[in-house]
Amino acid sequence: MSDENGSSSRSFIMVPGDDARREPVRLLVVQPGDMRPPVAAANEPVVMTFPHLLLRELIALLALSLFLVVVSLAFDAPLEEVANPEKTPNPAKAPWYFLGLQELLHYYPPLVAGVLLPGLVVLSLVVIPYFDLNLERAPLWGRRSPGKLAATWAAAAALTAVFIFTAAHPVWPILVPLWLVACVVSVPGLLGTRSGPVGWIARRSLAFWIFLWFLLVAVTLTAIGIFFRGPGWSFVLPWRDGLFY
Amino acid sequence: MPRLPAALTKNRVFRSVVRHGFPNSNRNRSLAVFTNFFLHIHPVKVRLRAIAFRRTFYLGGLSAAAFFILTVTGILLMFYYRPSVPEAYEDMKDLEFVVSAGVFLRNLHRWAAHTMVALVFLHMVRVFFAGAYRPPREFNWVIGVVLFLLTLLLSFTGYLLPWDQLAYWAITVGTNMVKAVPSIGDDLRFLLLGGNAIGEAALLRFYVLHCVVLPLALIVLIAMHIWRVRKDGGVYLPPEEGAGGGEPGPESGEEAGEVRRE
Repeated sequence: MSDENGSSSRSFIMVPGDDARREPVRLLVVQPGDMRPPVAAANEPVVMTFPHLLLRELIALLALSLFLVVVSLAFDAPLEEVANPEKTPNPAKAPWYFLGLQELLHYYPPLVAGVLLPGLVVLSLVVIPYFDLNLERAPLWGRRSPGKLAATWAAAAALTAVFIFTAAHPVWPILVPLWLVACVVSVPGLLGTRSGPVGWIARRSLAFWIFLWFLLVAVTLTAIGIFFRGPGWSFVLPWRDGLFY
Repeated sequence: MPRLPAALTKNRVFRSVVRHGFPNSNRNRSLAVFTNFFLHIHPVKVRLRAIAFRRTFYLGGLSAAAFFILTVTGILLMFYYRPSVPEAYEDMKDLEFVVSAGVFLRNLHRWAAHTMVALVFLHMVRVFFAGAYRPPREFNWVIGVVLFLLTLLLSFTGYLLPWDQLAYWAITVGTNMVKAVPSIGDDLRFLLLGGNAIGEAALLRFYVLHCVVLPLALIVLIAMHIWRVRKDGGVYLPPEEGAGGGEPGPESGEEAGEVRRE
């Protein structure tokens, strides 16, 4: 090992034992000093994988197992009566992770909500690493940011118009997160300061804010679909009307 | 060196299985990792920053752990389950009332599945905010997106198998969205269900997809995913934090902000 051999120019040598049958190490690595592995070149604290990383992995696996065992002892998986094509439940809900899409069906025709928008989301996820916007991640509020406040709200207004004019009902789960993000983005521009939390906001990039908006929309739509939709996809309050699934 | 472990590990039989001694020297600790089929996905040494819980929250590893638990409980469930009508639902009832710890087994599988969907989603969100998709890791991000979709499909295909009202109508709603695909929507849904409505053919297709096709695809892609992470130097770490320098990343923590304010 390099830390044991110190200044040796050959940093990683495995020598077979005297008795190859008792010490059957068959690997021989000779690595010149100028070809040290990148970990050694990193010049920062490193630890042995065994035991430091493996112990952490074991603890994580056990913690997850314990969590699932406790949940499984406390809550039973639902099992209703046998499937009956003649008897449609109201509401009929998809699995929880698709309820965001089902909620979108409330605002857009199936072609848009079920095919176009999810397709666009997947496509935009796939292409994230191929756009410089996402690679540079330059702070939105650089030293000179004239007109950025106006541009932010022009973009927010344009998107608002698009969603209002295309949807069957006002798409609050998309619009409210949009305005929320736009308001937060505006704070450094309005206050002019760059220290503390405002500075943190100012250093976030446009890519950060767009992703955050998508994330908030996905979570909001899904949460509404899970908790706030009842018979006929009507708006219900879970603490008053109970949970429909 | 403690005498008992030394005695237990220093004999021909043990050494034929594990070719190094008790891991109480760094040499043997290294060998323990890189001569082990399961552990060689790890380097011998790791940067301390990379294994800090708050860097990754271990979300990727926990997703894999959830998948492992799902594989084990899923195989056990397969011993009790027949993918036909009405046997599928009868087997659910058997799990509930006849099989020892059958309810617990099904609960574990169900909650682990939901947990895995959440973990994979959170893993993706964490990776985005860390900017870990940056070159050379672009394609591994794409593999990750496919893994997320496979996770959803695995959960979705499993949802039908209990053959109760919840399963039947959730899959009805889900597969009705497929009909909206222009021109091929109806054919696509027919292919998926093996008919125009959900019936025994759909149950068998979802079963095969759930137990064979999708898990195999997931295993292959997880292997590629982890292999590429390893080849790219492990968990992505922003360069500006390292003592060795590199260009300060634009969107980073407080320290980098301090640098720019000068």
